[in-house]
Amino acid sequence: MEAFLFIPCLVEHVLPQVGEATAMVLSRVGLTPVMPKGQTCCGQFAYKRGRADLVRPLARRFVEIFGDAPAIVCPSGSCTAMVRRYPSLFAEDDPWHARAGQVAAKTFELGQYLVEQLGVTDLGARFDGTAALHASCQTSRVLGAGSPTEALLAKVAGLTLVPLARPERCCGFGGAFSVDYPEVSQAILTEKIDDIVASGAEAVITAEPSCLLNIASALAKRELPIRPLHLAEVLVGGMA
Amino acid sequence: MSKSAYDFGRASAKALGDRPSRAILHKAIGHIRVLRQRSVNAMPDFPERQARAVAVRDKTLARLPDLLEALEAKVTAAGGNVHFAETADSAAALITKLLADRGVRLVVKGKSMVSEEIGLNDALAAAGIEAVETDLGEYIIQLAGQRPSHILAPALHVSKEQVSELFARKFGRTSTDIPEMTRIARDSLRQKFLAADAGITGCNIAIAETGTVTVLENEGNIRLSASCPPIHVAVMTLEKVVETLADAAVVLDILPPSATGQTLPVHLSFFTGARREGERDGPKEMHLVIVDNGRSEILADPVLRSILRCIRCGACLNVCPVYQSVGGHAYGTVYPGPMGSVLSPLLKDNPGDPRQPFACTHCAACAEACPAGIDHPALLQELRRRVSAGESDPAVTAFSLLARHPLLFGGAAALGRTFDPKLTEVAAVAPESPVGRFLRGRAFPGLSRPFSRRFKSLARRLSRKQGGRS
Repeated sequence: MEAFLFIPCLVEHVLPQVGEATAMVLSRVGLTPVMPKGQTCCGQFAYKRGRADLVRPLARRFVEIFGDAPAIVCPSGSCTAMVRRYPSLFAEDDPWHARAGQVAAKTFELGQYLVEQLGVTDLGARFDGTAALHASCQTSRVLGAGSPTEALLAKVAGLTLVPLARPERCCGFGGAFSVDYPEVSQAILTEKIDDIVASGAEAVITAEPSCLLNIASALAKRELPIRPLHLAEVLVGGMA
Repeated sequence: MSKSAYDFGRASAKALGDRPSRAILHKAIGHIRVLRQRSVNAMPDFPERQARAVAVRDKTLARLPDLLEALEAKVTAAGGNVHFAETADSAAALITKLLADRGVRLVVKGKSMVSEEIGLNDALAAAGIEAVETDLGEYIIQLAGQRPSHILAPALHVSKEQVSELFARKFGRTSTDIPEMTRIARDSLRQKFLAADAGITGCNIAIAETGTVTVLENEGNIRLSASCPPIHVAVMTLEKVVETLADAAVVLDILPPSATGQTLPVHLSFFTGARREGERDGPKEMHLVIVDNGRSEILADPVLRSILRCIRCGACLNVCPVYQSVGGHAYGTVYPGPMGSVLSPLLKDNPGDPRQPFACTHCAACAEACPAGIDHPALLQELRRRVSAGESDPAVTAFSLLARHPLLFGGAAALGRTFDPKLTEVAAVAPESPVGRFLRGRAFPGLSRPFSRRFKSLARRLSRKQGGRS
């Protein structure tokens, strides 16, 4: 069976290794990853700015690109949550409302897809070391896909998850928020980094690429030897 | 982008520079959060209690005009007087005149956020009436010449040591022992209670079927403010009413646990009307002032109406990463944090920064914590939509136009990759530029060769591997 990859723009252009790991994970469970052409951005940035009018054309494009997909899998909770909102952008009697609804219903965050749709938790992955889990707000609170992440990590051989103080606390990115209010964003981020350092973990894992990017850039700025990893990258660990 | 009178970004950057205050704030909020969580955890049926409370709040909002009418009739029947004020200014003027007409010179006040909202203390002072705050936190703030920074704990941002210094300055007597400090404040306040001509309190819940004003507190000063002086003025915003005593009990089921982690507060007072014949205590005159200040319009708004479910427990403030970082003063409004970011822009006075709804990471911790089931992120999203409708946003518009054309989008990214290393240089020479401010705490990640270009060879590799395995 095929699974269509929904690759967020951040993954496409900044974190391509997350896209690769996602494709490898899907292949690992026996699916053929398909990368439909013409993907750009789900429109989340414009939505959060209050510009649903600028999202609508992007939503229509997405629906056309992914309309025939048996399942759409995305390594991002926030982008998945955006697609789930697509129907709300159109009036109920607008044909796009129903089409967006069909596409939204088959769009899943990676962990959610593996655990809730396929019933897979053990991918035979291996990660030797300690890691802290940053539960992304969008993945856990907004999309409600936090527990699949935990279930998957629990089955990774060799991985010791160390508790993170306030794992559910926001890392301060919030898309445009980090550009509009950089000082506040970095104050929130600093606390997250302090918590990660205090956990003593060798790596920090999250299922959300924007959190990953935010945390990684702060770790790099401080030259801290803590590896920032996406869930997918951990799940392909030790794969033959 | 419209030019705004108040700039949250600038105020918050300044607040962040005050490290000692941030440390105090963190410690205090962390403490409240633990208390609340412990209390909610101790109630396995909290979700059911919450669902009942949401139902009561919604039922109330659906019948608000009727309930206010019933409340007025019952308060009047119990010997009280009811006054409606449409705006903040008219509310403050009404109360000031009422007290001035009766020759009032000294007023004791129980904690009330709505009195902050209508600027009551300033209005009274202008009329030569001294108003003394009697809630310990509020009293500290008043002595320090500040405004509350939290809707529940007004002096959350002040340390014990700072209060000690303040007391030394104001009373010539101080301590760092909390019971002793409380005694110092009490000695000063007791004289005010005995000398006051009138008492002003807020109202947590008003009960329409009985005409009762209910207040929750831990210190006893609201009870004294309402019952010691000959005149009691209670101020409430119009959504604070519920229909029945049973409905009030449903709200009381969730308010103290969500606010301070208590099952019930130390004092829970029910005031119905004025002193009746044959009664030995209580005020001779009782007035209930019901303030609208934009709430009728919120009530008529089907999308935003749910913010009026708010029961002022402060749970959303205590979990908000933005509030926790910058504190309440940075908002420049009476109501800070998530509930304030929704409510303040909708009020007639002091709406703060019009872009306040954008100052949120959308982490949704507020909605998760709210016992009244308010979905703050959704309401903030609606406010963003309304603000954006009247503005152009060139960067977002350009990005959206590019994203409609994959070739242009890819081209722009390729162009970005070329200029990529320059951004770190820009940050270095222009630290105050947007790039510079963004990169202060972050290393620029840089753009990579797109995933889609790597996909074809990856897919070949994966299919070989899959083929080999089966």
